[in-house]
Amino acid sequence: MTAENIKRVQVGNKGKNIRSDCFFEIELTNSGGIQLQSNSKVEVMYGKSNKKLISDILQYFDIENASILFEDSGALPFVIAARLEAAIKLLIDSDKEYLLPMLEQNQKPTTREQHRFSRLYLPGNTPSLMMNAGIHNPNALILDLEDAVAPEKKHEARFLVRNALRSLNFYGAERMVRINQGERGLVDLEFVVPHSVNLVLVPKVELPEHIRAVNEKIKSLQFALKQKNPIWLMPIIESAKGVVHAYQIAICSENISSIAIGLEDYSADLGVRRTAEGTESFFARTTLVNAAVAAGIQAIDSVFSDIADLEGLKQNVQISKSLGFNGMGCIHPRQIRIIHENFAPDQLEIEKAKKISLAFKAAKEKGLGVVTLGTKMIDAPVVKRAEKVIQLAIDMGKIPSNWADLLAEEKA
Amino acid sequence: MRTSTKMKKYDKLVTNAAGRIVPEIINGEQHIAFQGVGKYKPSGRKHAPAIPSCVDYPADGNKLIPSLKEALIKSGLRDGMTISTHHHFRDGDIIANQIFDIAHELGIKGLRWFPSASFPCHVHLIPYLEDGTIQRIEGSMNGALGRFCSEGKMEGVGILRSHGGRYQAIQDGEVQIDIAVIAAPSADAFGNANGVNGAAACGLLGFALGDSQYADKVIVVTDNLVPFPCVPFQIHGNYVDFTVLVDKIGDPEKIVSGTTQITKSPDRLLIAEMTAQFCEEAGIVQDGFSYQAGAGGTALSIGIYFAEMLRKKGWKARFIRAGSNQYPVKMLEEGLVDYILDGQTFDLEGVRSLRENSAHLATSPFTSYNYHSKGNFASMVDVVILGATEVDVNFNANVVTHSDGVLLHGIGGWQNCLFSKCTILPIPLFRDRIPVIVDSVTTLCGPGELIDVIATERGIAINPRRTDLIEKLKNSNLPIKTIEELKAEAEAICGVPDKPEFTDEIVAAIKWVDGTIIDVVRKIKRSIEQQ
Repeated sequence: MTAENIKRVQVGNKGKNIRSDCFFEIELTNSGGIQLQSNSKVEVMYGKSNKKLISDILQYFDIENASILFEDSGALPFVIAARLEAAIKLLIDSDKEYLLPMLEQNQKPTTREQHRFSRLYLPGNTPSLMMNAGIHNPNALILDLEDAVAPEKKHEARFLVRNALRSLNFYGAERMVRINQGERGLVDLEFVVPHSVNLVLVPKVELPEHIRAVNEKIKSLQFALKQKNPIWLMPIIESAKGVVHAYQIAICSENISSIAIGLEDYSADLGVRRTAEGTESFFARTTLVNAAVAAGIQAIDSVFSDIADLEGLKQNVQISKSLGFNGMGCIHPRQIRIIHENFAPDQLEIEKAKKISLAFKAAKEKGLGVVTLGTKMIDAPVVKRAEKVIQLAIDMGKIPSNWADLLAEEKA
Repeated sequence: MRTSTKMKKYDKLVTNAAGRIVPEIINGEQHIAFQGVGKYKPSGRKHAPAIPSCVDYPADGNKLIPSLKEALIKSGLRDGMTISTHHHFRDGDIIANQIFDIAHELGIKGLRWFPSASFPCHVHLIPYLEDGTIQRIEGSMNGALGRFCSEGKMEGVGILRSHGGRYQAIQDGEVQIDIAVIAAPSADAFGNANGVNGAAACGLLGFALGDSQYADKVIVVTDNLVPFPCVPFQIHGNYVDFTVLVDKIGDPEKIVSGTTQITKSPDRLLIAEMTAQFCEEAGIVQDGFSYQAGAGGTALSIGIYFAEMLRKKGWKARFIRAGSNQYPVKMLEEGLVDYILDGQTFDLEGVRSLRENSAHLATSPFTSYNYHSKGNFASMVDVVILGATEVDVNFNANVVTHSDGVLLHGIGGWQNCLFSKCTILPIPLFRDRIPVIVDSVTTLCGPGELIDVIATERGIAINPRRTDLIEKLKNSNLPIKTIEELKAEAEAICGVPDKPEFTDEIVAAIKWVDGTIIDVVRKIKRSIEQQ
């Protein structure tokens, strides 16, 4: 799209079922100043402040003459700013960006190891689904620029995702973005890397080279901005070829925290139907888990797409956990709790882990080199696993952190 | 009888006990300004209708008149009269519109329409408000009627009352009904009527009870005439002057509305779950407890969570005060509750249960809400779940206007329900960027002293007056916040909203449950179309 031959553009969404979004139709004119026609659902409450925001942005991009139609269904300022800037950038060439202040809590880095049981996908061009996503307490929110955004909306979605990374309250969830494949994905990075994204999901990875290209781009962007915050990568394996290269992909870079599988595309690649039992993807899933464990990173399972079937989801999570996965994607907030509850250690696991942990402590206090539980000898890796289970149970609120003291008190 | 158009619509402005400026004369009639909760207690005798004599009515009990028009003429329909209707048919009502079609055809002017509520279908009446057939509405004004009133287009000043307040106004003579028209899904020629049978079955007819007892003339209109006796007698034929058989009294699909589904919105479900958990932690949910929850999606979901809690503990609620529908009915049939005390029935499952189950009881504004009763049910309920369009930092709430100042809803039983032992308003912290918590509500409908808890998806605020609840929840995992904190949180996301601008002109008065005026609605400054 060249700026010279486009005079009139439309950006955003309007209509009866659209909420928390807005729509701009802008035509650059040669004279007459700014002619703004505003139809806002919240005109009485926010008409004045919206007009000021629009005028500030126009001034920032030196637009003096334009005819503008603004249809507003209750969009927040960061949405309005994203829509308007997306429209302006279709009309003029400018390197400038209109950035709203970054929320303080959005600058927090995350760690490689932190829990990623649930990651809620949010369509990158749908503001109404973003507003309250964080209050459902997923481990992460994914602003999706790939499959959830239609090709003709990719341009405007980038501005919305960029502004959301700065202005949307994630309520402590890790801040993830799924970029597009290939060249388009590299451009996506320009909109997310400078804005403190925690983790980038790279779709349809088949070879380590795909990850290298993404990392080079991230590095060059971070170098230019003198940013040093970690940006983790989660390659998504979605093809037979990707599964074959899973381990090479998993170890190809230090900033890979996890590796995920996408079963819709994988099943299509095999030319089979995706079933609830998942027999057709058993090899792929176990291969992925094995590669992840070998590489020392997290293995993440595919989403469960029937949002009404919470019982089916539960079974799915239990299978997923038993195969060795550390988390799974979700596409509806209602799935989050089921995922957490079923990835969390169950009562049996917790009790066993407690016994092992106590036996280990007792042996250490007595200066014994060998830990035994009943008549069984316990190896170091088993103790380590038990400690992991206990930590997880504490993190997920299943047991208090002072469980051992409480137990001792009870006995006394 | 007709109010002169030259007379001032209202007069004698005073500041009431809530600090709102209200008129003491409205539409030429004397009213009393709000004096505080529980302060106003009128003396004297209740209003009574004219004394009838049975000899004036057909001994064979056949009061059938060939048409509604003739019945209205025989009832003495003339300029300036007060005509009442009920809203059990909700958006499927046909009869109210027909009454005013007839009045218009007869050239009658200056009528006061006194419905127990209005619905979008009544947009049909706007031309009659414009041409003076109807002088004013005293009742809820929803949607288009609310806008019409807010824009100052109604000839008289509208008066909004709660369901209980409507009964109070009928009983103390504040509103004297000339003709009550009661559309009944099932009736006999004598006038006995009910809502449990017939094509337009709507469950019960409690909102028409006071009208039948106190109106000078009572017309029962039905499309399902059965031989005497029509049982149960929800409306007693002994109050009825004329009966009319017509082809159709209502649109069944719109009578049982589609709103009685639990919410699918994850955000609303979260609010519902937090509210239910709050009630559990506060010790409100217990064996033998009682609650009232409306027919909105969030309220229904709270009922589902309550049912789960009862099931898990092996407990049973004593009664549910309801607008009933399939969900409380399921609880009744599962043995999770002893009784449903039903005020209006929202779906066919509710109608079936009311018809078949002796533990599903029809109530009326008299039993549930009435101010001039020797007590009422509302104050005996352990917890009530209500909505609001706005709440202010003093817990005062608004249910009739939106934050843009436009009158859009009626009061319903909302004010009356505030007298329960615990009133909780589960509401989203903002709707489409419009924060729900404000400095001061646009229109005061319920004083903050009666509102205990505001539950939002981002936190729960307990009224500082409820130190008992604050104490019980002090170690809770629930996000308990102050109302000021919640307000600040919404404004950090949405921005601080501007206030709507009004003219000085009063277009409607809001009554408190005792008949005093708690607030008014003023004409909005800008026309809606200009937005």
